[in-house]
Amino acid sequence: MSAPQPAVLAEGLTKIFGKFIAVDHLDLTIATGEVVGFIGPNGAGKSTTIRMLCALLTPSAGRAFVAGFDVVGAAEEVREHIGYMSQKFSLYEDLTVWENLRFFAGIYRVPRALFPERGRFAVTMAGLEGREDALVRTLAGGWKQRLALGCAILHRPPVLFLDEPTSGVEPEARRRFWELIHRLAAERVTILVSTHYMEEAEYCNRIALIDRGRLVALGSPGELRRRNLGGTLVALECTPLGAARALLREAPGVAEAAIFGDRMHVLLEGGGLDAAGLGDWLAARGVTAGKAQVIAPSLEDVFVRLVAGRRAEAKA
Amino acid sequence: MFDRLQAMLMKEFLELRRDRWAMFRLVVPLLIQTLAFGYAATFTVRHVATALLDLDNSQASRGLISRFVATGRFNIVDVATRASEITRDLDSGRATAAIVIHAGFARDLANGQTAPLQVNVDGTNSNTALIALGYISQIVSLYESEHLPTIRPVSTMDAVPAVELSLAERPWFNPGIEDTWFFIPGIIGTITLIQVVSLTAFAIVREREVGTLEQIMVSPIRPVEFILGKTVPFFLIGLGDVALVTAFGVLWFHVPFVGNPLIMLLGASLFLLAALGLGLLLSTLSRTQQQAFALNFFLVNPLFILSGFAFPIAAMPAWLRWLTVINPLRYFLVVIRAVFLKGVGITVLWPDLSAMALLALALLGLSVLRFRKSLD
Repeated sequence: MSAPQPAVLAEGLTKIFGKFIAVDHLDLTIATGEVVGFIGPNGAGKSTTIRMLCALLTPSAGRAFVAGFDVVGAAEEVREHIGYMSQKFSLYEDLTVWENLRFFAGIYRVPRALFPERGRFAVTMAGLEGREDALVRTLAGGWKQRLALGCAILHRPPVLFLDEPTSGVEPEARRRFWELIHRLAAERVTILVSTHYMEEAEYCNRIALIDRGRLVALGSPGELRRRNLGGTLVALECTPLGAARALLREAPGVAEAAIFGDRMHVLLEGGGLDAAGLGDWLAARGVTAGKAQVIAPSLEDVFVRLVAGRRAEAKA
Repeated sequence: MFDRLQAMLMKEFLELRRDRWAMFRLVVPLLIQTLAFGYAATFTVRHVATALLDLDNSQASRGLISRFVATGRFNIVDVATRASEITRDLDSGRATAAIVIHAGFARDLANGQTAPLQVNVDGTNSNTALIALGYISQIVSLYESEHLPTIRPVSTMDAVPAVELSLAERPWFNPGIEDTWFFIPGIIGTITLIQVVSLTAFAIVREREVGTLEQIMVSPIRPVEFILGKTVPFFLIGLGDVALVTAFGVLWFHVPFVGNPLIMLLGASLFLLAALGLGLLLSTLSRTQQQAFALNFFLVNPLFILSGFAFPIAAMPAWLRWLTVINPLRYFLVVIRAVFLKGVGITVLWPDLSAMALLALALLGLSVLRFRKSLD
């Protein structure tokens, strides 16, 4: 017996648009039933990667297999085995909830005998009981999003690609959406979901951080958080924040300074400023600063550090 | 195949039914354009603003003037007394034509000499000018023939009998040379082309813009299924257009329909397939509705001009004549005018019908090939 086949396997996956390298030799393996979060800044290559895995874009180099099928050589088989939600909730606004479900069931050839039950399931899942005959244009974002997910899984695909499904949806609806994702994962559905909400990363089994087309880090949230940042992380309040960041980035012993809400997170690598001296150092340069506290790094700190590290390398 | 096609068709018809303005958009512009073309597209020139300068002021000159007035084609806007007034009228645009009867007109006419008559037309609108000039020379030559001395002095010796040629005009198929008979059938083709090409192009580009096209491309649907689902409704709408304008032309403008409706249906079907192919091709070339609009605009005008709708193809330079060969409208106009007015059948029309079939095949084939399920 060979090892179980991964649900998604990408090797050296590359996409070049003209002179712009959108995805640069990306390697990724996702096991069946895993929920992998795809995190990265806008334009990092998340959507391009997902579209290549969905056989919507042809890779410039490298190869990828989804549910065991080659995305280039067996695109039609790939399409039959995946569900996909694009960034826009691509439903027909002039059709009702039920008509949309029937349309997608039709083009995915869901057997007629199975449709009533699966349609019902999707309606219940979306929380749209009793609103089957409502036009989709009249639904609020959260319902549209759950209905789009319902449409994407009518044919019970083993692999789901969700491209920023929660953007523009209110927090409560986002939380409900993630519950649905975990229910699907419990039924052995493999899910790759991209998001730019950092707290959603915590819901994933593993996180893939992508920046400027390259995979920067891959691991569970815990693993990534435990990863040594290479210094002490402190937080402090200061005003103005912009000036403080500019000063700190040039300060001795500061590896990284980033704004988090109304506070400044500063990574001290030792040998220069320390947590105690930070406030005075800033005050001497015209920035009002509170007391610095040593904190445990969040995922966001890790990402900021990793991405900033890459930027610095690129410059050097 | 049929599950997916059925799903596509059901969706398209539901969307069309939900679109409250669809019927309005599909029918009202069609009727307005038919009315506008039916009344406005004409080569007949009436009420030409005419300035008059009669320097002869004789019975003969007044007789000629009354002929002009009697036709109803000329409105005398100014009776001038000086040549400068005529110039002013033409310059200011008050008059399109000016007739100057010089002194000695009656005398020369009576003597059988060349009588001096001068006509000035405003050539800035060359079409109107030429047509007005045509009327004027008709009226004048009629007048002239009536005033020719009835008995010609012919020498009795070596008399060669003069051969008289007379041109008798007997237009077939449209005995009254009614412009509407010519234009209404042409309008059917032109309006249907514009309607179907833009509807098809916009429908697909809109799905691309909204994002639903991406959702469909990621499904296992085959390009043929998608394209059929998108085009069958527009094919039916196109047939409806043809029927509507035909009925309007026959009932409102009283254009005779002497041919076989089945040949018209065959011609219209082939023509619509070519138009759908063109619309699909446009949609594969456009990312946004603005692009589709610009391309549509860029395409429809030449199709219209190079169709023989108004300007005879035979009069075009050779390279433009070659371009008309790939214009489906050109063939449909031949078919539709022939069916309306001549009543001829397939034995005569087969070259035009097969040309449309070939174009339809090429355009649809090309768009199916170009419509790959990829975003590259």
